[in-house]
Amino acid sequence: MRPVYAKEDVCIGCGLCEVYCALAHSISQDLIKAFKKEHPRPLARIRVERTNALFLPMQCRHCPDSPCVYACLTGAMYKDPDSGAVAVDPGKCSGCWTCIMVCPYGAITRDIDRDIVAKCDLCPGRDVPACVANCPNEALVWIEDGAAGRASSLAATAQEGIGGY
Amino acid sequence: MRQPTSASARRAKAPRTEYLIIGNSAGGIAAAEAIREVDREGAITIVSEEPYLAYSRPLISDYLAGERSLDSMLLRLPDFYERNGIEALLGTRVARVDFDHKLIELEDGRRVAWRKLLLATGGTPIIPKLKGSHREGVFTFTTLDDAKKIREAVDRQRKVVVIGGGLIGVSLAQALVHRGVVVVMVELMDRVLGTALDVEASHLVEEALRQKQIEIVLGQTVKEIVGRPEDDRRVGGVILEDGRTMACDGVVFAIGVAPRAELVKGSAVTVKRGIVVDRHMATSCRGVYACGDAAEGYDFVHKTNRPIPVWPNAVAGGQVAGYNMAGRPTRYEGSTGMNALNCFGLSTVAAGLVEPKGDPSCEVLVRPSAANGSYRKIVLRNNRIVGMVFVGDIERSGIVFGLMKDGINVRRFKEALLSSDFGLGSLPDDLRRKRLSLPNSQRSEARGNEE
Repeated sequence: MRPVYAKEDVCIGCGLCEVYCALAHSISQDLIKAFKKEHPRPLARIRVERTNALFLPMQCRHCPDSPCVYACLTGAMYKDPDSGAVAVDPGKCSGCWTCIMVCPYGAITRDIDRDIVAKCDLCPGRDVPACVANCPNEALVWIEDGAAGRASSLAATAQEGIGGY
Repeated sequence: MRQPTSASARRAKAPRTEYLIIGNSAGGIAAAEAIREVDREGAITIVSEEPYLAYSRPLISDYLAGERSLDSMLLRLPDFYERNGIEALLGTRVARVDFDHKLIELEDGRRVAWRKLLLATGGTPIIPKLKGSHREGVFTFTTLDDAKKIREAVDRQRKVVVIGGGLIGVSLAQALVHRGVVVVMVELMDRVLGTALDVEASHLVEEALRQKQIEIVLGQTVKEIVGRPEDDRRVGGVILEDGRTMACDGVVFAIGVAPRAELVKGSAVTVKRGIVVDRHMATSCRGVYACGDAAEGYDFVHKTNRPIPVWPNAVAGGQVAGYNMAGRPTRYEGSTGMNALNCFGLSTVAAGLVEPKGDPSCEVLVRPSAANGSYRKIVLRNNRIVGMVFVGDIERSGIVFGLMKDGINVRRFKEALLSSDFGLGSLPDDLRRKRLSLPNSQRSEARGNEE
């Protein structure tokens, strides 16, 4: 699976990835309506950490050995057998938060209004995840490496000299 | 006259399976999947006394609340067994395990021989010896059938006494409130969730429960369940240890579960509090493995084996057992007591040693509870995290859990752990890069300390 990676040195912390992530997961798909009219409001599944004078956009890494999948009490969290993406079935999620407790990246969010969790789904149906497509200075990267998996995607990141990896 | 049958003749008759799993819940299913990952062919048989496809036990409270049907509680798609070539003997109780001849006898007389056995038998609800506990209207709350019984009875029951203020009691109380039942919770300790949470978080949960009109009686226990004046066979009330009486229509024991090990009594399988397993989830008997609530596996905080009856541990242990049974040597990285809870909208996460009570080797970092209901506590020993409590804002708790599990030295950034904007960005550069590039691997044999 290819998670979205951030180039720490390039991110300026503008937060547009959060805005466009929430928009991509809205009902109306309209920026104004999504934030002014939709109740509950659409949630971003990416979060820019702003600490230590560092901007670090974080979302699900779609780990090969996903602790959230193993910890899930209901079978709602699963690894898509075709894409390898970690996904959550909202109908099965009970909002117990056990996946949040074990996510080493802090990448799962409570959707309090719906009493379920929300996480990055890599925007199924789009060519490129909304956060990547709308990052104004290309700080977010989505590497095309097919089914080769996370390790090779990291190697590719290092080879291309991007990110801090 | 009955033919005398030798043990070897009995064994010859029994159909043989490669992998026999007793238990069809978290641990059993995880093990079966792990086995299939390694061995596509070997016969797998799962035996369970419950007649249902594997379902989520924690969701029985949603079922009781009327929010879910069995269909939406299934852990896997209904074709799971068929697709994975698993023979499922459901609704069948194991009467006896013959470890010498490696076979089980089912209650209906059938026998199954095995090459590798997994004991994923779970836990049994603890029922104290109590006068009157035979009465109609007394329940436990561990299985779907328990929830069904309570659900059938609950419409007639306006007031229920829940004995036990642990995780089972709290989730049961929530479900009953959803059904409009008046709940009294009786807890022996001086606070609810006394083994899962620290004092402060317990008090926050108590507040959330009381706001829903749940009456909490602490430091007390029920000494007798009395009948009704008009019908002595049915529950009419309870008498507490201090002599107080309380009228009620039902009583539920929610004290906890004890490892279920009756099948191995008198065998070569060592049992302490639970079935003792090594770091490969193997018992003391060759070819026999155990996991989940039935077992006592390694606790990486207490650095010893002990029963940790929580779902994620059953899955992790079951997976490790499955790999080892199928011939892929895999080491259990260990676990510790951990619980996440959503109690009427109050979110809590707690893991490890949460209440070190004057342990001089521990350093406790606390962010006191704020008006918005958020609270945080981190317990350190030698600059390594050994316990954590998050209330309210819990999103970054998993990062702390990961640092605890991997035994990371947090000396350089420990103040940041309490910060409301704590994240991976709070870690020193070198450590952050390591955390971001190393997958959190369940399978690796070696778990190195990063500092």
